[in-house]
Amino acid sequence: MLLIEDLQVELAEKTILKHIDLEIKPGETHALFGPNGSGKTSLLMTIMGYPQYKVTGGKIVFKGVDVTHSPINERAELGIGMSYQRPPTINGLKTRQMVEICSKDKKVNVEALAEAVNFNSFLERDINAGFSGGEIKRSELLQLMAQRADLMLFDEPESGVDMENMVLVGETIAELLQKECRSTPTKSMAQVRRERTKMGLIITHTGYILDYVPVDKAQLLYNGVLSCSSNPREILNCIGEMGYEECVRCTLEKR
Amino acid sequence: MYTREEIKQKAEKALDKKAAIGPDVDLNQFATSFVPHEYLSDEGMLALPEEEKQRLLLSGVDVTEKERGGTYIQMDTTVVHCKTKQEGIEVIPIKKALEEHPWVREYYWKLVAPDADKYTAAAEMNLHDGYVIRALPGTKSIYPIQACLYIGKEGLQQNVHNIIIAEEDSELHIITGCSTSPHLKKGAHVGISEFYVKKNAKLSFTMIHNWAEDMMVRPRSVGQVEEGGLFLNNYICMKPVKSLQMYPTTHLIGDNAVARFYSVIVGSPGSEYDVGGRIYLKKPGTRAEIVARSITNGATIINRGDLIGEVPDIKAHLECRGLLLKGGVMHAIPELRGLADGVEMSHEAAVGKIAQDEIFYLMSRGLSEDEATSTIVRGFLSLDIPGLPAQLKAEIDKAIELSKDVM
Repeated sequence: MLLIEDLQVELAEKTILKHIDLEIKPGETHALFGPNGSGKTSLLMTIMGYPQYKVTGGKIVFKGVDVTHSPINERAELGIGMSYQRPPTINGLKTRQMVEICSKDKKVNVEALAEAVNFNSFLERDINAGFSGGEIKRSELLQLMAQRADLMLFDEPESGVDMENMVLVGETIAELLQKECRSTPTKSMAQVRRERTKMGLIITHTGYILDYVPVDKAQLLYNGVLSCSSNPREILNCIGEMGYEECVRCTLEKR
Repeated sequence: MYTREEIKQKAEKALDKKAAIGPDVDLNQFATSFVPHEYLSDEGMLALPEEEKQRLLLSGVDVTEKERGGTYIQMDTTVVHCKTKQEGIEVIPIKKALEEHPWVREYYWKLVAPDADKYTAAAEMNLHDGYVIRALPGTKSIYPIQACLYIGKEGLQQNVHNIIIAEEDSELHIITGCSTSPHLKKGAHVGISEFYVKKNAKLSFTMIHNWAEDMMVRPRSVGQVEEGGLFLNNYICMKPVKSLQMYPTTHLIGDNAVARFYSVIVGSPGSEYDVGGRIYLKKPGTRAEIVARSITNGATIINRGDLIGEVPDIKAHLECRGLLLKGGVMHAIPELRGLADGVEMSHEAAVGKIAQDEIFYLMSRGLSEDEATSTIVRGFLSLDIPGLPAQLKAEIDKAIELSKDVM
């Protein structure tokens, strides 16, 4: 479980996240909406542990461990993983090596994993070097597949992805988050669902990803405040009809 | 062409001539008298002390000669092992070659001027030895030839002259190491190299330097590539040196000739490197590329690159990247000179530190900060060299891997 309590965050001495409370239970995936600059990526980066996002109040607890001030790699080892929107290029580091780094001691078949996201022809290329939007997404998903994180943070997984790849990206995320579960001879569907452990937090502007990944809840971040927490479709419809203007009122109410 | 006597006279006049660039070295502080060594049989090479074998291996020289097409080893001033294992490929000590094979005269001091500076002059006035390696027309080297210039005597100035010839349609691969005894402190190395890549020939020359802390090193090399030829020049230096200055030059004199220079330098504290590459593109369709990667841990590294496009329809690119890890100076001097309409020349140079976002990215995949840093450094140093045999690529990777401790 991820538990965030009264989190306050500064970036370059400016408060960018205010009194955030968020709880994601095992098996749950939340969508994160909000206008540009509202703090969505900052929230993900803070959960991942990027030190420039300075926590000035509150705490982040994952699997019962207070990670508020833990370095990035300790959080990764605990099972937090991230799919970046614009990851840096690392010259001379092959995609294959990156996947091996992600898998650490676990034995993975890099080719088989890459096959699943149609990425075999990129394994010998430097990671992210000259990758298109869609290629970056597939590369990030491949890394998460190898990493087998328990909490996965997705920063705009559908941006820059064409229609054809959207299906692949959407279905892969659903798979990663155990949303595509099936009953087995010994386990009923209800039991399989109950035993899901993976957690997700997905930033999305368009909501396209929701066509592939059923999310349990949606959060709306406005100006650094989680102003709304509700059914994802309801929030999307609300934004569609009234725009983010309405969030101002809701934010005021929340205070 | 000059006679031997004329060459001597020219050299003599230049004995005190300072080099155009780089700190001046007082050569009087070194001894140049001959140091006798016994010739080593194959068994003799295998019986070398383990420490020395390891030292040789670091420079790419394998005393077992497995997967090598030939060997030249010079200790101090004396040739201790010289042989070829492949028909059509010749490996001859240069002194012997000058005496017994008149054709060598056609190549001797033809590209490098004997009076260029005091170092070229010293190599002529007091030549110790060196190698002539030649692939006969149409011969393709199966395994690379290995050559090693080794200094064991304290305070020695080693003067060598090498000539490398890839005849028409041949393919020649050479791995050469310069190294010193693990106990050596002070010495100097003056090395003249002349490269001839003939029509449609391919030459790869991979040089690994392992010097000692108080070594002065002054290589002087010039190459020329004829029509359709390819010259691949790789340089690796991961160990300390007092002062290393070189500016190898190549002339592309035939249509569609190609030269590529790759260098990897890791500079230790107190070491001074002034290195570069200069390529003249003199015929249409010629291509040149210079790629330099350097890291300083407290060294001063000057990285030069100079591309000169003399005619239309040439392409040249220079890429110079430097990382400052633990102090030092990194000075990139990329130069492009276009002398005709229709040249296509570009360069990119970057000097800086490891980007934080790259470290964090790797940490979010589970690496510690130190592991992330060394992963990025290793990536930075790993070069994709098109056309290099996999075996030589492996040698370069090994040299970099074995030298991790300096990073």
